Amino acid sequence: MAEAKFDEMDHYKQAELMKFDFRPPPTGWMDTPTDFRPGSWIYPGKAKHLEYLDLPNPREWAVTDEDWQLPKNWKEIVLEGMRERLSRYRTFKIFMDICVRCGACADKCHFFIGGGDPKNMPVMRAELLRSIYRKDFTALGKVFGKLAGGRELTVDVIKEWFYYFFQCTECRRCSVFCPYGIDTAEITIIGRELLGLLGLYVNWVIEPVANCFRTGNHLGIQPHGLKDTLEFFAEDIEDSTGIKVDIPLNKKGAEVLFVTPSGDFLADPGTYTCMGYMALFHEIGLDYTWSTYASEGGNFGLFTSHETIKRLNAKIYAEAKRLGVKWILGGECGHMWRVLNQYMDTMNGPPDFLEVPKSPLTGTVFDNARSTKMVHIMEFTADLIRHGKLKLDPSRNDHIKVTFHDSCNPARAMGILEEPRYVLKNVCNNFYEMPPNTIREQTFCCGGGAGLGTDENMEMRLRGGLPRGNAVRYVQDKFGVNELACMCAIDRATLTTVCDYWAPPVRVTGIHELVSNALQMKGAKDREVNFRLEEIEHWKQKAAPAGRKEGSSDV
Amino acid sequence: MYDAGKIILGIAIFLVLITFPFWFTLALGNPDYQPDPELPAGQVQCVESKEYMIHWHMDLLNQWRDSVVRDGNRMYVSREYGDRHEMSLTRTCMRCHESRERFCDRCHDYTAVDPYCWDCHVEPKGE
Amino acid sequence: MRVVIPLIAVIILFMLAYFGVEAAGLQTLFGVVFPYIALVIFIVGLIYKIVRWAMVPVPFRIPTTCGQQKSFPWIKPSKLDNPSGTLGVIGRMALEVLCFRSLFRNTRTEIQKDGPKVAYASNKWLWLGGMAFHWSMLIVSIRHLRFFTEPVPGVIIGLQDLDGFFQVGVPVFYATSIIFLLAVGWLFLRRVVSPQLRYISLANDYFPLFLILGIGTTGFLMRHLMKTDIVAIKNLTLGLLSFNPAAPAEASGMFYAHLFLVCVLFAYFPFGKLTHLAGVFLSPTRNLSNNSRVVRHINPWNYPVKVHTYAEYEEEFGEKMKKAGIPLDKE
Repeated sequence: MAEAKFDEMDHYKQAELMKFDFRPPPTGWMDTPTDFRPGSWIYPGKAKHLEYLDLPNPREWAVTDEDWQLPKNWKEIVLEGMRERLSRYRTFKIFMDICVRCGACADKCHFFIGGGDPKNMPVMRAELLRSIYRKDFTALGKVFGKLAGGRELTVDVIKEWFYYFFQCTECRRCSVFCPYGIDTAEITIIGRELLGLLGLYVNWVIEPVANCFRTGNHLGIQPHGLKDTLEFFAEDIEDSTGIKVDIPLNKKGAEVLFVTPSGDFLADPGTYTCMGYMALFHEIGLDYTWSTYASEGGNFGLFTSHETIKRLNAKIYAEAKRLGVKWILGGECGHMWRVLNQYMDTMNGPPDFLEVPKSPLTGTVFDNARSTKMVHIMEFTADLIRHGKLKLDPSRNDHIKVTFHDSCNPARAMGILEEPRYVLKNVCNNFYEMPPNTIREQTFCCGGGAGLGTDENMEMRLRGGLPRGNAVRYVQDKFGVNELACMCAIDRATLTTVCDYWAPPVRVTGIHELVSNALQMKGAKDREVNFRLEEIEHWKQKAAPAGRKEGSSDV
Repeated sequence: MYDAGKIILGIAIFLVLITFPFWFTLALGNPDYQPDPELPAGQVQCVESKEYMIHWHMDLLNQWRDSVVRDGNRMYVSREYGDRHEMSLTRTCMRCHESRERFCDRCHDYTAVDPYCWDCHVEPKGE
Repeated sequence: MRVVIPLIAVIILFMLAYFGVEAAGLQTLFGVVFPYIALVIFIVGLIYKIVRWAMVPVPFRIPTTCGQQKSFPWIKPSKLDNPSGTLGVIGRMALEVLCFRSLFRNTRTEIQKDGPKVAYASNKWLWLGGMAFHWSMLIVSIRHLRFFTEPVPGVIIGLQDLDGFFQVGVPVFYATSIIFLLAVGWLFLRRVVSPQLRYISLANDYFPLFLILGIGTTGFLMRHLMKTDIVAIKNLTLGLLSFNPAAPAEASGMFYAHLFLVCVLFAYFPFGKLTHLAGVFLSPTRNLSNNSRVVRHINPWNYPVKVHTYAEYEEEFGEKMKKAGIPLDKE
């Protein structure tokens, strides 16, 4: 067998990977050059995607090139870009000014914890940008220069930005601990915008963005392809349950538009979660529709620039309007919900053509979404369970001991913490929490968020996944946990690698996959296989399911 | 969103607080007040030099108290002048500085110093 | 260098004032001119800074939520860590500003290489040091108002009585003097002892620390070891307050050095990181409620962007959609 390459997990021996400590190098950070070793950075954005999106400076280049083919007046562009953003984002201006370098954030970043590179301390990541801000935008920096922490903007600085702003997953964990709430995600978003002005994008982000702009989803699935995919899912659901579910597509006049991250269409185990939604909607008879045009809930624009967020996000309201739905339901996704909760209404609202969301089954009015008109599926399902609208048999998940990974954005940019736990506790009998420093608002990133979840970045993904993987390992050893539930498409894709590496053989699952296991569907045959089409031993043994449990219990 | 109203309110609060000494003293207080302790008539010197007494009288009194109460030693020899004095607040100090109110309190009130001499000592009836 | 240069700078500043007064008799410069200049720079500079911040909009509502959102009546929301309204935000900000709520969460992360195991331990030392430093500094500053008010308000007298509650020494040692010096010392020590902190620290971090340490030390010395004439000093401050100042010769060089370091701190304040005093109130991740799905947040510079419309989409994929039986707008 050929030796594993740098973009494969097996290339990295744990003992080798752990050969670091938190002690910084002897050279000062301004004098320590960036080490572009394979496995720790991402391939540049291809010219065709930049062209498609009308982004500046499209060209073919490589990170390892000496000359990154920046525009001639690159320095002017960056400084002008900074000036403009300093006048547009109070966050940026304030975060540049008030950091006292207390160091509280230092060991809160998963990349620092798993790698020890001092420039992955959130404070340092911001200093990479702040040093330029000081030099060119503050009185002290202009007078005292390096002594006041300022430095000259050079091509090496740009390269360093590229390296470290694509080693931040915008997870906001540091901002929980910062006494001034300095949010490195803001710094990284703006840092990436500045790089973008020079045409410096990573392909893992900009290709999905171009795809999404064109086809409606990151994966570039065309409308007929999406139909095929969903039909394929419906077949598997039928194989598992004997029930044929409908696939409403671009259906005008439906009550609800359903939008989920496109990862759920392609990448296991997200696909099973997607089947879970379909089975659930069928079971409750929801009048809903998928859209091929707005077939992406996720938004890689968030990893590109504020403008790109808006360009991609616009489709959701536009499609809701075109189809004449009453309100919008969103699937299990992380950064998607950051955009939907904190950006969508501001950027593309107000959606005054929609109605305040109301569950057709329970009559619950989702007052907390009264302006955006968009409800999180975990809110929707929790409400169904609370009102006893689902027949659930949690013992159907007895072969699973599950723990729950709070995804960064739903936790720290929304605060949807109890709803998923409520659902989990109603569909599983064996639910165990990971240690308190690794869940809820202190949750750790999967290591592959914000567009870093690509294989050529394997070393950093494994490093960044250490805190999460280790917490999974802890509950695995202590309680025998064998599945990690999450409600995020990127998590479902990247945590599989993290678990395979740090806590094998724990599997990753979406919450609605677990819901579908427990869901007692009307007219279903005695199920022997789940949506993964795996035979479940205790399902087979029970000819008729016993101990059905009506959903509804307290949190 | 700018939140201009809230920020202006914040700046106003900051201004009011930071200028407190100005407006408090000018509007409500007495900026021209001079403590002017009443010096005993006909005396030319204290037990030590005037400057020493201004800076260190509290220390001297403290030493006197300790010396008298703990060691029973009541004799003080002036370092400046070499003359002898009984270590006693009422019999030495206040023989010249007759009034607490017109001498001690003038400066103590001015600088908000509240010594605990009078917790034990009874004020002389020189009023 | 980042440690030594600020240290030398503060020593030079000290000597300038000390010898400027003791040897050159520059009382008026250090006692009258500099205080006025410093105060003006402080007030104008800080307000200018705040106004500059205020002129930059908050385009998006991006609070960092640190607890459960408000969703259903049957799920208890975290009112302070994830506020849904103004009252919650006020509470969150009060906790943040008065109690350093976020710093209180601080943990220390360690890696045990066997396993490996990542371990988290509660780490409240920075919180404790920060609280001790800021609160004692505030109380020391309020205590100093006895030199800036005539008559001295009862609350200030009450505060200093409380501060000197143990009545140790003559004049009494104030608890906050000791706590203040210890806390500043600790904040300095952790910066030089911890390798990570030393790595991230700049001259602008050490300079205010040394300055504040210098102010604290000179103040402490004057109260307890190198006495000065405080009646003369209060005459000076009242003169400054009533714009009729006269710098007294009775006050010592140590006093003028103390005053000068304070002046430098005031003048330096608006230019560096010390503006966190004002900035903490304006941090959008803390001072906004998490209600962006309830009330539309307005971005004043929201501009139209180029989007891919459904019509364009159907233009490109219509044929394929038709074949697949997906409904079209154009029929």
